[in-house]
Amino acid sequence: MATATATKKKSAQWDPAEVKKELLAKYPAKVARKRAKQIMINEALGNETPEISANVRTTPGIITMRGCTYAGCKGVIMGPTRDIVNITHGPIGCGFYSWLTRRNQTDAGPDGENYMTYCFSTDMQDSDIIFGGEKKLERAIQEAYDLFHPKSIAVFATCPVGLIGDDIHTVTKRMKEKFGDCNVYAFSCEGYKGVSQSAGHHIANNQVFRHIVGENDVPKEGEFKINLLGEYNIGGDGFEIDRVLKKCGITPLATFSGNSSYDQFASAHQADLNTVMCHRSINYVADMMETKFGIPWIKVNFIGAHATAKSLRKIAEYFGDQKLIARVEAVIAEEMPAVTAALKEITPRTEGKTAMLFVGGSRAHHYQELFTELGMKTISAGYEFAHRDDYEGRQVIPSLEVDADSRNIEELEVEADEKRFKPRKSAKELATLEKAGYRFKDYDGLIPDMEKGTLVIDDLNQYEAEKLVELMQPDIFCAGIKEKFSIQKLGVPMKQLHSYDSGGPYAGFKGAINFYQEIDRLVNSKVWSYMKAPWQTNPQLSATFAWE
Amino acid sequence: MLLRHTPKEITERTALTINPAKTCQPIGAMYASLGIHGCLPHSHGSQGCCAYHRSTLTRHYKEPISASTSSFTEGASVFGGQANMLQAINNIFSVYDPEVIAIHTTCLSETIGDDLKQIKKKAQDEGKIPAGKTVLGANTPSYVGSHVTGFASMTKSMAMLAEPKGKKNGKVNIIPGWVEPCDMEEIKRLMRLIGVKSIMFPDTSGVLNGPLSGEYKMFPEGGVTIDELKSCGDSCGTLALGEWCSADAARWLDAKCKVPCKVLDMPFGLAATDRFIDALRTVAGVTIPEEITLERGQLVDMISDMHQYLYHKKVALVGDPDQLIAMTEFLVSLDMWPTHIVTGTPGKRFEERIRELTKELPYEVNVKAAGDMFLLHQWIKNEPVDLLVGNTYCKYIARDEDIPYVRWGFPILDRQGHQYFPTVGYKGGIRLLEKILGVLMDRLDRDAPETKFELVM
Ligand code: SF4
Ligand code: SF4
Repeated sequence: MATATATKKKSAQWDPAEVKKELLAKYPAKVARKRAKQIMINEALGNETPEISANVRTTPGIITMRGCTYAGCKGVIMGPTRDIVNITHGPIGCGFYSWLTRRNQTDAGPDGENYMTYCFSTDMQDSDIIFGGEKKLERAIQEAYDLFHPKSIAVFATCPVGLIGDDIHTVTKRMKEKFGDCNVYAFSCEGYKGVSQSAGHHIANNQVFRHIVGENDVPKEGEFKINLLGEYNIGGDGFEIDRVLKKCGITPLATFSGNSSYDQFASAHQADLNTVMCHRSINYVADMMETKFGIPWIKVNFIGAHATAKSLRKIAEYFGDQKLIARVEAVIAEEMPAVTAALKEITPRTEGKTAMLFVGGSRAHHYQELFTELGMKTISAGYEFAHRDDYEGRQVIPSLEVDADSRNIEELEVEADEKRFKPRKSAKELATLEKAGYRFKDYDGLIPDMEKGTLVIDDLNQYEAEKLVELMQPDIFCAGIKEKFSIQKLGVPMKQLHSYDSGGPYAGFKGAINFYQEIDRLVNSKVWSYMKAPWQTNPQLSATFAWE
Repeated sequence: MLLRHTPKEITERTALTINPAKTCQPIGAMYASLGIHGCLPHSHGSQGCCAYHRSTLTRHYKEPISASTSSFTEGASVFGGQANMLQAINNIFSVYDPEVIAIHTTCLSETIGDDLKQIKKKAQDEGKIPAGKTVLGANTPSYVGSHVTGFASMTKSMAMLAEPKGKKNGKVNIIPGWVEPCDMEEIKRLMRLIGVKSIMFPDTSGVLNGPLSGEYKMFPEGGVTIDELKSCGDSCGTLALGEWCSADAARWLDAKCKVPCKVLDMPFGLAATDRFIDALRTVAGVTIPEEITLERGQLVDMISDMHQYLYHKKVALVGDPDQLIAMTEFLVSLDMWPTHIVTGTPGKRFEERIRELTKELPYEVNVKAAGDMFLLHQWIKNEPVDLLVGNTYCKYIARDEDIPYVRWGFPILDRQGHQYFPTVGYKGGIRLLEKILGVLMDRLDRDAPETKFELVM
């Protein structure tokens, strides 16, 4: 596949079965069989949908979009917390690459403690690999403590650490006891565990829950206290969501983990509701907090103006407070006109265009909201590291197979906290809500929201991405930085939905408007018309040159 | 203040690296591999390393970076990655069909102790490598050296493809080191002008500075070919630019194929370029064309025109050894004062070389090979400078300390231009000067009181 060309003619209607066949054509038989289960033609049967294979290993040699467990743990979940000193225990690279590259915006707050701009590493050398790195790790923790006196130090294991058998948990426990005023803990998030970043999310959830959540019982003030889980403040999304929530009179207590602080995690158990944005990366903490502290959780989505309104209403309905309900309605009424005006202006230029989204574990779903608002159709989508429940809905969880790769990720045994477990709603209140159609702990996944005949593809790789673009000619393709330029070389605009290129916020009401403008800019950019030089479009030297 | 926790007082650290001035070996090997025509770099390890390296190279070069991985999971980590690699080789040739696969290891496969040679042999024996295709490999454990070491190792592996036939090919091998694609292009231009026929490896020009044309070529036109590499054992000599990046490959060719070599500094700035051009003149036995002498004169002219703005300005530098050595010499030649110099790549020779280059200065420079940017920042707090030169991470120091700052090195994640405007050679020297003067004079303009604000400078 040395060369691919996307000619900018609007392709005739593609047949999904044909497209699937083409995608698989070049693979060796074994790979083709495996990929066939990860490429699904959507039959739009709601929850009856056929099964998709997800969260399975990527075949060696296939150029995948995926990263590793360490990236999911240190990079995604723990990275955005500003006042924890995050030490990568390993050779230098892993720490270096996860240094400031994820665009999690941060407000250092009144105390000013912010280590986000720093990269800390034990920079293991060969002697550490041969003789073990525990001593060096211990010294590194001590040096970090002496230099900064942070409230908390976290240690992240990279691949070699697990292999040489450094006992990082014992080291951190010892240092925590030694310091007395600094919470020190570790994450066994070696890159080879699990099949993608997803394993790292789970490991991070476990340790945050085990070592931090519930550490601070000093009461937090505020009405309608909620946590926002699975929101990473990329491009300032979290700032916009906080603005909207506060305007509604809702108190966001903790965000996991965009623009967060150690204390937010430590006091998160004081919230009365957990709202989950990215189901994939954070549902574990939501479940555990419910069991231990009695906090119910609901799925929300602040990507898309209508989804935002819906999520706000859902939160208000939970609290059932008339004043809150009225205020939420007032806020929606106040924010919506700008959204409607923007759409009215932009939609004529975006309507009927098509999009493809391949990213993460929730965004490939959430962002379809925004494209729908723009009158655009998502013709193919899929996740990079999601599980079947993110595609098909949580009802499949009991039937998920535990394989060799998921088995080694610890499942915490959680029980109700004797003193602090407090049901937020009585059984009767819950029943009333549910009877009225209110759904807790619920996520339907991406598939039910996509149209019949669209292609749902898990762990899309570089080869398939190009093929898809070539065959289906979308007007925009969304994925991450590694995919950006090969797609754009084909003359199709590419929007990064991990890091938003340099844009954002795209969440909430203002974010939605930003996104409409951004997509308008991309799909209507003049640059795509410059790709051929005049002598390429008209190679025949016809007449002689006409001098004046 | 974005680095507000950095104290002025310097305490010794023996275990904690803060704000590293280096990264790991495989990314260097990956960049070097991309300088082979039709090559797919392959990362033998877990997926994450490959994803990180690709992302960083993509952000720097703003070009697609394809590379595959052995996708180790826990099983492979325990039992070894041979099966993964064999499967990978098979899949790569079936799906992507490159001419070459260049495999580098990672910390993981090195710690396990996978034997690249043996796995390659097995792949060959099992017929997984189609006729006419090449698989090469380099060991790149990141707990030794730095990204520069990985670049050098892969470059050496390229040299090791040499198959001398015993008949000289009339060419000079040129190993440019880790410079930008446009720098490689510029070096080739200079050699063409002088009339030296060359084999350059690696050569990322034409690979990582491609056009937008509506066509995606996974394997663009550029890069050194395998035939050229095979023939480099028959070249008349090898010019290796940079001790750290390029010398190993050149010395191997010298020892094994009797191709004599000369290790020069990277041609950044006046004197290093002079030595490079003079070496080419001697090698080719020609007179240097007027065009090049003119370019040199233009650089000298610019130095003389602008000397007053450069004179005794203190500079802090962070980057890779070969680059910093040449840059330090250039700055000294401009009568600037390199004051603090840090590279993350370990090695005593670096410090010695810097001391040697700065020994005429009326003060002792702060230099550290296994240093980091936290230390550099602390040095700056203790002895402020007028200019900072380094990669994108410097912007945090530059902002906090309000220092004029020139982006130069790797990675540059927030600006364009480094792929297109060379900084090697005399023209590159002019480019460097223009950038340095730009920030220094912008600062003068910014800070000048109204009475001293000048139109003509
Ligand atoms: S594990 Fe090693 S090779 Fe991989 S990113 Fe980390 S330092 Fe680099
Ligand atoms: S799906 Fe989104 S929120 Fe979840 S990890 Fe990916 S980018 Fe982050």
